[in-house]
Amino acid sequence: MSSGKVVKKAKYKATVKDPGTPGILVLTEEKFVFKPNDPTSSNKLEVDFKFIKSHKHTKEGSNKPPWLNLTHSQGSYIFELETFSDLHVCRELVGIALSKHGEAAKVVSEEQLSAAEMGQRIKLLQEDSKLQKLHKELVASGKLTESEFWATKKQLLDRVENRKTKQQIGFKNSLIFDTKPTSDGRINQVKFQLTPEIKYQIFALKPAVHQAFLNFVPSKMSEVDFWNKYFKAEYLHSTKNAVAAAAEAAEDEDLAVFLKDDEILEIEARKKVRRVDPTLDMEADQGDDYTHLPDHGIFRDGTKEISEAQNSLYRRTLLQDLNRQGAVVLEGKTLDIEMENPRAAAEVLARRKQESDGVLEDERHNRISKMTQIEDLQAQDDHRFAPLCIKDPRDYFDSQQVNAVKALDDSQAGMEKIKCSLSSEEAYSFLRDSIYKIKASGLRDPLFSPEVALKVLNELTKNISSTKSHIGKHSQDSVLDILPTSTKEKLLDHWVCSQELLRHFWSSYPITTQNLANKTRRLKDAISQVYSKLEEIKVSAKSDLRHQVSLIVHPMQQALDAALLHYDADIRKRNAKGAKPNGF
Amino acid sequence: MPSAPSKLYSDDVSLLVVTLDTNPFFWSTFSFPFSEFLSHVLAFLNSILLLSQLNQVVVIATGCNSCTYLYDSSSDKNHGSTTGSMPSLYSDLLHNLEVFLAGDQQLAKPRVNAAGGGAPPPSLLSGSLSMALCYIQRAFRSGPIHPQPRILCLQGSADGPEQYVAIMNSIFSAQHSTVPIDSCYIGSNNSAFLQQASYITGGIYYRPPHLDGLFQYFSTVFATDLHSRAFLRLPKSVGVDFRASCFCHKQTIDMGYVCSVCLSIFCEHHDKCSTCGSVFGQAQSNVPSSTDRKRKA
Repeated sequence: MSSGKVVKKAKYKATVKDPGTPGILVLTEEKFVFKPNDPTSSNKLEVDFKFIKSHKHTKEGSNKPPWLNLTHSQGSYIFELETFSDLHVCRELVGIALSKHGEAAKVVSEEQLSAAEMGQRIKLLQEDSKLQKLHKELVASGKLTESEFWATKKQLLDRVENRKTKQQIGFKNSLIFDTKPTSDGRINQVKFQLTPEIKYQIFALKPAVHQAFLNFVPSKMSEVDFWNKYFKAEYLHSTKNAVAAAAEAAEDEDLAVFLKDDEILEIEARKKVRRVDPTLDMEADQGDDYTHLPDHGIFRDGTKEISEAQNSLYRRTLLQDLNRQGAVVLEGKTLDIEMENPRAAAEVLARRKQESDGVLEDERHNRISKMTQIEDLQAQDDHRFAPLCIKDPRDYFDSQQVNAVKALDDSQAGMEKIKCSLSSEEAYSFLRDSIYKIKASGLRDPLFSPEVALKVLNELTKNISSTKSHIGKHSQDSVLDILPTSTKEKLLDHWVCSQELLRHFWSSYPITTQNLANKTRRLKDAISQVYSKLEEIKVSAKSDLRHQVSLIVHPMQQALDAALLHYDADIRKRNAKGAKPNGF
Repeated sequence: MPSAPSKLYSDDVSLLVVTLDTNPFFWSTFSFPFSEFLSHVLAFLNSILLLSQLNQVVVIATGCNSCTYLYDSSSDKNHGSTTGSMPSLYSDLLHNLEVFLAGDQQLAKPRVNAAGGGAPPPSLLSGSLSMALCYIQRAFRSGPIHPQPRILCLQGSADGPEQYVAIMNSIFSAQHSTVPIDSCYIGSNNSAFLQQASYITGGIYYRPPHLDGLFQYFSTVFATDLHSRAFLRLPKSVGVDFRASCFCHKQTIDMGYVCSVCLSIFCEHHDKCSTCGSVFGQAQSNVPSSTDRKRKA
């Protein structure tokens, strides 16, 4: 063990059920090797510990043989050792080996991507040619690793992921009122198939049943009894016999609950009416409603039945059913509801109703306050506060554009103060003299010559049209377009590239691990490469364009310079500090 | 000429409040004579009044010791003394200006005796802006129908950084009541205050390069009423100088300290905010040590 090598007899099992291939297991701190006794066997193994994620083993005293289980990303290697003491020896070494590879293993595991993620990246690269170019430039040349590159592009990946929104499955748009019974035809018995889904749907559709379920089950009756009663009531409806339904209801008050026209539905209908625009006169429209008149409204079973008014309580029209179904389907379904337990489902539904009721009430208040505002009845609304004026941020940058381009020397040069050598006496008397002058001679006549006016107008026109182009709203007027296309392309590429590099560079500070130190060294090299390339562009530009090019290149180089300076300073500081316990 | 209710104010009727820089130290050293400048301004004011019978013009003098209303086209107190060659507007305005200058001179502090070479005192732009805004507020409150007000600053002397807070307050209150501040700056350098004023309030800032055609600039750029501006392309301010003045030494600064509570600006570190009294923490003395601390953390 001290030599860091353990050789034991063991059986390799691909799965738990596998009887196992007998052989020799050799463990070192770097890797483990399994050689089967039968040299023809294909179960030869040689695996680095860096691919192993964790290890498990069976406990001594349990009824299982001494197994050592090494998990990797796709499955696990199981070795059956001869004794538990062998197992302990192996386990210890594996523990050491794994802790040693721990950090490395983590990095590697980042690289191991699911196929889906890989596909997403490839798709992104295919869709975006610019990104592809950048990827080629940075990753292919080894300036950044694959995972480093994508770490900053997480947003892009997420966006792709978000695009496939999980669609919520709503209710089936079939009338579950018609849960048809099955009958084998031999005995006088019918069977109803009830799934949790259907139960939930019944609760949603019929608040009375929902309420009854909450009240009765399981205190008053069992769930089976409840559904028996419900379907009995349904059956009475389907026999088209309103009179019979009324009779049954009179006998069994529990049953009556199902047969009565849902009071709760009515309350809901009233709520809905309240949601209607308050200025709409509902009563005036009532004349248009024929359904309450005899001979109107088709019943669900297609018959037109005229029965006594007193039984109308127990009738439901097809129209009502359809409306109710439509309303429930539109309301949608609560996600993550536990369908299996009807009691829980019923409770969730009740809770949701309450919530939506609260919202409705607020909505109604808002509506009424909005609608009832009739201008001439309102007190004069003198706005005590002016509306907040938020400027378009683009405006700000437009107004700053010239400042950015204009060299500082301009403002600096004009800054020297005008020295005033006159005393106040002299100054005031000078001003008074001017006034006397104008009083005496009147205004100049003509005020100014037409030539001056023309000059002013020309200058104003030029100024206004030039600001337009200055502001860069029209890209065709930008400085970049003066340059030859190849130079422009190169500049843009370098710009994108250096932005990416700088983003990576600055995000790796402060340096805490060797990985980051390596990364910054790589990035520094890449940055200095880009820097020299920019320098080349600057030098190679034609003399008439050189100034423009250097204007563009200058800020890019400045940004790169800052990074290089920071790198050097950081290195120097760390060297000066000497090695710290963990090296950083 | 009280504003009778029968007056039909349409959207292109203006109330133009002009602040006129009368800083004697500026004018006595400036290449363009004050009398010339005045003739252009007077002609412009006249043409504004001619544009619409309902237009109203108010002129405020911006001196270096005081400010005053020089002329109000709606006032009854105009003398109406039409001397042979001058309309009453001109003579009234000039008369008031003379009176104002005499008063302003009396207020002048003795420090001006140090005529050896100190910088000229700045004009009280903050004062005249406040007066203009007060006048406009009165117009706003006169009734639901009033002319569209705007302010035109005719400024020549350099900014007085010590007025920074007062001017910014005026600017924000103008922005609040949606009164644009136009500025025509005739000095040699751009005025940061006026640039910001026009930028924030949505007015026009312009520095005419040819002063002999001043009237042309006035009539082309600054005579346009607010309604018409929606259809016109007027000079847009580019290169606004957004630098602020520090509250402690009234210097224009590029970079400084900002109180995290009241946003007061200082050019150096203070232990306590002089505006709101908040106590600040320790200043980070030098950058390397601060990064050091971060790295250790």
